[in-house]
Formats: sequence, structure tokens, C-alpha cells
Amino acid sequence: MTIAEVIGELRSGMTIGIGGWGSRRKPMALVRALAASDVTDLEIVSYGGPDVGLLIAAGKVRRVVTGFVSLDSIPLEPHFRHARQRASIELTELDEGMLHWGLLAAAHRLPFLPMRAGLGSDVMRVNPELRTIRSPYADGEEFVAVPARRLDAALIHMNRADARGNGQYLGPDPYFDNLFCLAAARAYMSCERLVPTAELLTSGPPQSLLINRAMVAGVAETPNGAHFTSCVPDYGRDEEFQALYARSAASPEDWSKFAAEFLSGSEADYQAAVAGFAASHADAAEAVEEVRP
Amino acid sequence: MTGAGGAPTLAEICVVACAEAWRGDGAIVASPMGVIPTLGARLAQLTFEPDLLLTDGEATLLRPAASGGAGERVAEGWLPFREVFTMLAAGKRHVMMGAAQIDQFGNQNISCIGDWARPKAQLLGVRGAPGNTVNHPVSYWVARHSRRVFVDQVDMASGVGYDRAKWLSGRTAGFHELRRVVTNLAVLDFGGPDHSMRLRSVHPGVSVSAVAEATGFLLASPYQVPRTRLPTAAELTLIRTHLDPEARRDEELA
Repeated sequence: MTIAEVIGELRSGMTIGIGGWGSRRKPMALVRALAASDVTDLEIVSYGGPDVGLLIAAGKVRRVVTGFVSLDSIPLEPHFRHARQRASIELTELDEGMLHWGLLAAAHRLPFLPMRAGLGSDVMRVNPELRTIRSPYADGEEFVAVPARRLDAALIHMNRADARGNGQYLGPDPYFDNLFCLAAARAYMSCERLVPTAELLTSGPPQSLLINRAMVAGVAETPNGAHFTSCVPDYGRDEEFQALYARSAASPEDWSKFAAEFLSGSEADYQAAVAGFAASHADAAEAVEEVRP
Repeated sequence: MTGAGGAPTLAEICVVACAEAWRGDGAIVASPMGVIPTLGARLAQLTFEPDLLLTDGEATLLRPAASGGAGERVAEGWLPFREVFTMLAAGKRHVMMGAAQIDQFGNQNISCIGDWARPKAQLLGVRGAPGNTVNHPVSYWVARHSRRVFVDQVDMASGVGYDRAKWLSGRTAGFHELRRVVTNLAVLDFGGPDHSMRLRSVHPGVSVSAVAEATGFLLASPYQVPRTRLPTAAELTLIRTHLDPEARRDEELA
């Protein structure tokens, strides 16, 4: 599939899950295209990073379901922060593990799964729809009944995939991308590189094949498509660019400038602008080197 | 680089106080948040608590290498986030988190300041604090001990304190344990009346009244408050030469 074909499957009002974690292995090429589309009024379920921030900045988000929104090396996501402080988005704030449990319940087609996380905390106060359940066994203990987090669609990004929808992560952490896919009615996977099926195991062991073709409805090749989040071992987080993103979010004027420079065109335009930014940054770094004794 | 041999700095005293939080924990995952807690956990692993499991901040478990410098480490295991959740639910973990606010009974807030519906300041979100505090031991690190942090009531209880834990049923009640609060002024625990916060020791040069002054609630205190233990010469060498030669520990207190 092309990026446009994936976005063409999404509708306003949908609940969309996004894989990765914080500012790590996010399907940013798909997120950028979604931000530039006509689709709106979305409920976003995510271990939140700049995916949530970009969609909020583009006015696409009605509600965020998350345990945090962070850029990792920059702890607070600026767009999420502004939106919360203006109360311009709704929030379902969960413990990180509760989000995992909600996705697992949805993947298993269960209405809920019992859990200790949440008991005694204000997560129960700010989510009055959450219920507790008593164990039917002799212990009689009370747990949070974490509701299934069913998704209309999921977007994930892998290092490698084949055209049939088998996906491979080569970094240290699978995050929860397979659960996002199984919790969703339809899941779409972008990847750094599309390879013949026979080549998948030349890059990593069988257990790196986290995604199988029963989990996904379509695959799109998006080189550097997780930028500026990390996609190790293909590339790390682009810290300079992330810092620019965060700085630009500080004022509407700076954000307009950032959006005009990087977000006004196609994914190819974005990648060209990023290459230009990297080159000018490298020049600046070299200039600094030269003045050092 | 600070040369070994100089008097211990406040940051180094805090590193050792953090390390002490994990004393006796054995083979469990130590999850420190922040520079000084991370140095503390690594120091504990290198010295009195060698069985601790520690990650690289991502998904690889590392332990001290058999040869090479004391800061050298080798991979010994894999702990992606999904397995962190499993280990925490199994109770095999002790985390040291930060706190934007903490109250007398150890309710902690890292989510937001002000009214949750429209916060004055949106912070991280609750992250793993609700689950951590009802599953395994939790400690806190506060780099700036002040009335802004040590408050009468937190705005959003992310981590569960002892007054709320009273209502936990069954085994969960036994899993809740707040171990220590380490700050730039003192070490505290929850040995006061009804598990309220108690002063355990003050750092060198800090008076008991200075700690009370920086705390927004009545702090339980023994008649004689000991001084926080100083790093040993061997610990100072490990911190300065092997664990943190670039002195990142000082930045956290700056």
C-alpha cells in the first residue's frame, strides 16, 4: 500500500491505536499523513510521544487514552501539555500497565481483565467509568476490571516487513505493537524496508518476527518513516530535530514556521527538508569544530 | 573530573542514600528514575547488593563485568517493557520514582498540577505509579526538598500512599510498601504514626528545623535525628572514577 492508501482507510471519529513507546519506533510517516488529511475527531490510544503531539497540533484529536505523553529525552510533550492546559482535548489517563491490559483484553476478545493497578489511586477518580470486580474464588479480593481497549484501526512501524504483512523488529524492545494490531479491526504497518520473505531471517532470529500477516491489513514501505523517533538499529532518535520540534511548539508563530518548512508537503518533501536540516546542522557543527584550538 | 580524595559532596551523599534504599532487596529489578538514583542503584549492585538486576534504561539487563574497570558491564538478560510489567506484577521489583508532589502518607503526584480537568501544569501523566505502588516496594527521590513538593494534599494521587492503602483488600494490602524518600536535605521513611512520613536522617550541615521548614506538613521525628551516613572511600572512588567521571550527579542538584 501507499501511505495515501492507508490514510484513505481511516475515517473521522475512529479510535486509532498507535504502536511504539514515547519517542521510539513510532509510525511517523503515517502520522504525518494523517495529520495532513481531512480525517478528524479521533480517539488516540498510545504510549504517547510526538505521534500524539503532531495530531493534537493538527486539530485531529478529540480524546487521548494513555499513561503518559513524553519525548523521552525531553520529558514533557509540548502540544499535549498546551492542549491539556487549555482543556481542548479529553483525556483517559491510565496506568501504563492498565493500557497494556486493556489492549490484551481486546486482543483476547474479553470485555475486561482484572488488575491491581489503579486501586487506591486517583486514576479511579478521573475515570469514573472504571469498575472493580471481586474474585469469585476463596480469596474474595477486589481488582480493577480494566475494560478492553478495542480499536477501529492500528498503525505500527517495523524495521523490516514483506509485502504479505510479516513484520520484523530489530531493536531491543517489541513494545506492544502486536497487541495494538490484534486489538484493532484493521491494522496497518509501515516499515523501513520491504524485503522478500526469504530475506527476513537474514536480519534477525525467528522471534524478531513480531507481526504475522494474520494481524495486518496492509503494509507500506516508508524509509526513515519513524523519524524523528528512534528506530534502532536503522537509526537512533534525531535529538537535534526533536529539540527543534519541541522549541517550535512553544509559540504559534514558531510552530507555523516549523509546519510550513516540514509539514506542508508530501512525505518525500518532509524527508528532503529533514535532509536539508541535517546538512545545515552538520555545517554548523563543523564551523564550531574549526574555531576550537 | 573530581579527584578521589576530596570531601564527599552533597550529590555523592545522596547517591549513597539512594543506594541504601535497595539494601537487602536481593535478586529483584531495581528501577531508578533520574541520575542520582541510577548511580545509587549501580553503586548498590557493585557493593553491598550484588544480586540486584539493572537495565541500561532500555531493554537489556546489565551486570558488572568480571574483568576490566569497575564501571564495565555485560549483558545478562532481556527486559522489554512487557516483561517489566510482568516482573512488577510478580512483585520482583523496587522502583525509585520522582515526585512533583508528595504528602504526609506518601501519596505521590507526577501527573499534573492543579485541577485535573484543566491543569495549571500538565506533567508526565501517572505513568506506572498506580501499578508500582500496589505491587512492590517503591521509594522516591526529590532533588529539591521544598513546600512546593512536600504538600498537605497532592493534586492527583498517581502513587498510592498509606492512608489510601488502608482500604486495599486481600494480598494487595501486603504488597504496598513505601520504603524511603531521599532528598537533597534528608532521608525519610514512613515509620511515623499511622505510617506517616518520618525523618530518618539529615544530611551533613542540614538542621532538623531546616527540613521541617521545607516540609508542608508535620513531620514525625525521633528525639535524636542521626546524620546521613557518609560515603566510604571505596564508594567515593567508584562514584568518581568509574560510575560518573563526568559528574552528571552535580547537574541534578544544580
